[in-house]
Amino acid sequence: MSEEIHIPILRLGQKYRSLDTVELPASAGRKVLTHTANPGLIRRDLLGIAKSRAALNEIPTDTLATYCEQAAELFLHEELPLGDSAQGPQEYVESLSALTKLPHTLVRMNMGKIHAAMSQIRTVIAGLTRGISLDLFDRGISSLNDLEVNFYPVTDALGVSLPSNAPAVNSLWLPAPVLKIPVLLKPGREDPFTPFRIVQALIAAGFPKEAFGFYPTTHEGGDTILMTCGRGISFGSDATVRKYAAFPSIQVHGTGRSKVLIGEDFMGKWTEHARTLVESVSANGGRSCINTSAILVPSGREEIADAIAQELAAIEPLPRDHEDALLCGFSNTEWAGSINDLIDEHLKVAGAEDVTARYRKGPRLVEMHGQTYLRPTLISCAHSDHPLANTEFMFPFASVTEIPQERMLSEIGETLVASAWTEDPIWIRQLMNSPDIERLNIGPFPTNRVQWEQPHEGNLFEFLYRRRAIQGNLAAVS
Amino acid sequence: MSCDLTVEEARAALEERVRESMKWHFSPETGCPYWLERAKELDFDPLAEVTCFADIQKFPHFDDDVLRKEDPARFIPKAFAGKPYNVFETGGTTGMPKQRIGWEDYKTDYSEFSDHYPPDFFPQGGNWLMVGPTGPRRLRLSIEHLANRRGGACYFIDLDPRWVKRLIKDGEYAMARKYQEHVIDQAVTIIRHRDIKCIFTTPKLLENLAERISLVEAGIKGVFAGGTTMTPQYVRFIEEEVLEGKINYAPTYGNTLMGLAISRKREPGEYSLTYYAPQPRAVLRIVNPEDSSLELPYGEYGRVELTTMTKEFFVPRFLERDEAIRRKPCAEFPWDGVGDVRPFQSGSKQVIEGVY
Repeated sequence: MSEEIHIPILRLGQKYRSLDTVELPASAGRKVLTHTANPGLIRRDLLGIAKSRAALNEIPTDTLATYCEQAAELFLHEELPLGDSAQGPQEYVESLSALTKLPHTLVRMNMGKIHAAMSQIRTVIAGLTRGISLDLFDRGISSLNDLEVNFYPVTDALGVSLPSNAPAVNSLWLPAPVLKIPVLLKPGREDPFTPFRIVQALIAAGFPKEAFGFYPTTHEGGDTILMTCGRGISFGSDATVRKYAAFPSIQVHGTGRSKVLIGEDFMGKWTEHARTLVESVSANGGRSCINTSAILVPSGREEIADAIAQELAAIEPLPRDHEDALLCGFSNTEWAGSINDLIDEHLKVAGAEDVTARYRKGPRLVEMHGQTYLRPTLISCAHSDHPLANTEFMFPFASVTEIPQERMLSEIGETLVASAWTEDPIWIRQLMNSPDIERLNIGPFPTNRVQWEQPHEGNLFEFLYRRRAIQGNLAAVS
Repeated sequence: MSCDLTVEEARAALEERVRESMKWHFSPETGCPYWLERAKELDFDPLAEVTCFADIQKFPHFDDDVLRKEDPARFIPKAFAGKPYNVFETGGTTGMPKQRIGWEDYKTDYSEFSDHYPPDFFPQGGNWLMVGPTGPRRLRLSIEHLANRRGGACYFIDLDPRWVKRLIKDGEYAMARKYQEHVIDQAVTIIRHRDIKCIFTTPKLLENLAERISLVEAGIKGVFAGGTTMTPQYVRFIEEEVLEGKINYAPTYGNTLMGLAISRKREPGEYSLTYYAPQPRAVLRIVNPEDSSLELPYGEYGRVELTTMTKEFFVPRFLERDEAIRRKPCAEFPWDGVGDVRPFQSGSKQVIEGVY
C-alpha cells in the first residue's frame, strides 16, 4: 500500500495530477495530498462542457435514475477508486473522521443520508418536478394533468462549492446528473473524500465520467466554478450569502438559524417531547444548518431551558471511534477557542444565562481524546434581541427565548427550518404564509427531520430548468 | 542581459557600480535634490563610506511613499537638468499615484531583454500586441521599444487596473467581468485583422484570450508575460494548454522601480521559475522578513529586497511586497536569482527547497 493517497482532479472524464498540492493531516497512517486546480484550468474545461452534456443525453433518464440507485449500494458497501488506489467503506469512515474530526458514528449516519438520497432519487426528483415523468428530460416535453409541458435547461453545468463539515449536503446536487446536467464540484478542504466517492460510485454504476468535474481549488477557483457555470450552489456563512447576493445564478445555503416554535396550545405537552428538542439541537454533532439553534416559547422559559440543559449537558465528548460518540472535535482548534470566547463575551450582556453550565462536568471548551471540543450549550435569553438569542455555531448550541406567540412570526427573521409545535389552525395558516420560513414542520418534530419528496432549500429542478409555453402540432415529439 | 562573466567578475562589476553610483547620486555636480538633501540626514557619508555592495546595507529601507509625496522633479539628477523626461506611474495604485521619472532606462532594460532572446523566439520583424496597463506606465513605451528593436510595430489594448481594483473592492464582479470581456473583445479583433506574431500581456489575460481563440491558429509565435504570481503548476498550464505547447513563452518579473528580471532557461518538464535582476543596474536579495539585514540561505523563502542603481534613479533596499526563494547563479546569469515569486506572506509555512 502506498504511503500517500493522491486525490487527483477529475477534468470531465480525465484524471489530472497538479503540481500544486495540499497536504492534509495523515489519515490512517497515510499522507493525503489533494491536487489543486488553477482557476484557468477549470474555465478551460468548461469550454468543452457540451461533450459532457452530450454524453448524458445519450442515456435515458430512467436508466440514469437506475444507475443512481445502484450507485447508492456501491457508495455504501463497496471499494471504490481513490486516485491510484482504492478505498473501502470502513477506510472512508476512518479517513473522513481523521480529517473532519466527525466521530465514526456521524460519518456513518451521513453515509446513510447520502445512500438514502441516492437510492430514493426517483422520489426526490418527483418531489422536485411535482411528479412529471422522467422522460421529460429525454424529450424536453411531457404531459402533466393532460397538459403538454416543455422545460429547457438554463445551464450546461451546475457548479457546487461544498463545505467540509457536513458530508450529507452532497445529496443536494445528486439529482443534477440524473436530470442530465453535468456537475463541477469544489470539495471542502477537509472533505475531498465524500464527493469523490459519490462520483466514483456513479461512474461505476454507469454514468459517463465526462459528466463530473472534481476540482480541489482555491477560493478564486471556487468563485470560478460558481460564476462560470450557468448555475452555482455554495454553502457558507452570512458573509458568503452577501458575497454572492448580486448573482441570481448562484444559490447560497447560508446560516440556517433553524428554530422550534412552541405554541401556546402546546405548553402543557412539551415535556413529552423534551427528548425531541435535545435531538434537534444535538443530532449530527450540532453541525447542520437544520439543527435547532433557537427555541421560542410563549411562557415557561426557565423550566424548559433547565430541562433541556440537563440533558444536553450529559452529552460528553467521546473518542471518535466510540459507538456512542455524538460530539465532533474541531479540525481548526482556533475556531473552537474563538467561538467559546464569543459566547462568553456575549454572556456579559445582561439577560442571558448559560444554563448548561449548571450541569456540565467542566468547562465548555475542552481538550479530550486528542481533540478540541465544545460541550453542548443552552442559553436562556430574557429578550429576543440578545446577541445569543438568534445565532448558530458548529456544535450543539441553542437558546431558549420567551416571546408571545403573536410576535414570534414577526421576529424570527430568516429561518431555514421551523418546527411549529402547535395544532392551532389559525396560527398554522399564518406560519404557512410566512416568507421567512424556508421549510416548515407542523407538530412536535425536530428541525432536522428530512422528507425526501419535499425539496430542501430551493428547488433544484426549477433552478436548472425553466418552463416554456409550447403549443401547436407536437405530434412529432409526443 | 545574460552575460559571459564569471560569478566573481559579475560581483566585481557590481562593486564598481556601487562606487560609481555613490559618486553620481551624492555629488552636487550630478546628484538630484532629493538624495543630496537626504544624505544630510544619514548618519554616514555615502560618498566615503559606501564602497561596495555590502555597504548599501547602511542605507535604511527606501520608503516608496516618498514617490507619492515628493515632486518627481526632485529626483532629476543635475546631470540630466533640462532634458525632457518621462513620468511613469506604478500599476494598480489607487489614490495619489507613485511616480518615477526616467529617460533612457526603459530602453536599456528592454534592449537587453530583446538581445537575450534569439531572433526566432519573438520572430524578427513580427508585429506585437500589448494587452494590459498602458496609460502612464513605463510598460507601454517599453513594449513598443521592444517591438521596434526587433523590427516590428506594436498595437495596444489598454486595461486600467485601477478601475478593476475599484470594481472588485465595490463587489462589482459582474462589471469587472464585463470590462475584462471588453478588453478581450478588442484584442481578438486586432489579432484577427492584423498580422500579429508576438503578445505581451498578463498571464490571466492570456488565459482569457486563449479561451476565445486558439493562439496557435492565430499565428502567435512568442508570448512575453509578467505581473502575476506564476506557480510551477500555473506555468505548466500556460505552456501546455493555453499556448498548446507550441508558442515560445517568456515569463518575467518586474516593476517600475527595477525594470525587468528575465527567467532563466528551463529543462523540459521543469516549471519552477527563477528570475534574475538586470545586475548591476538592479540587485534583488532574499532577506529574512524578521530581520531584513540578514540574507537567507539558498533554497529558502524570504522577502524580496530591491536596490536599483542607474544614473537616472537610485533606490536602496526597497522591500517589495513579494517573497521568493533565493536561488543560485546560473550559466546565463552569474548572480543570485529569485524563484517562485509570490505575494509576501502568502505561504503558510517556511518552504525549504533542494539545491538548484
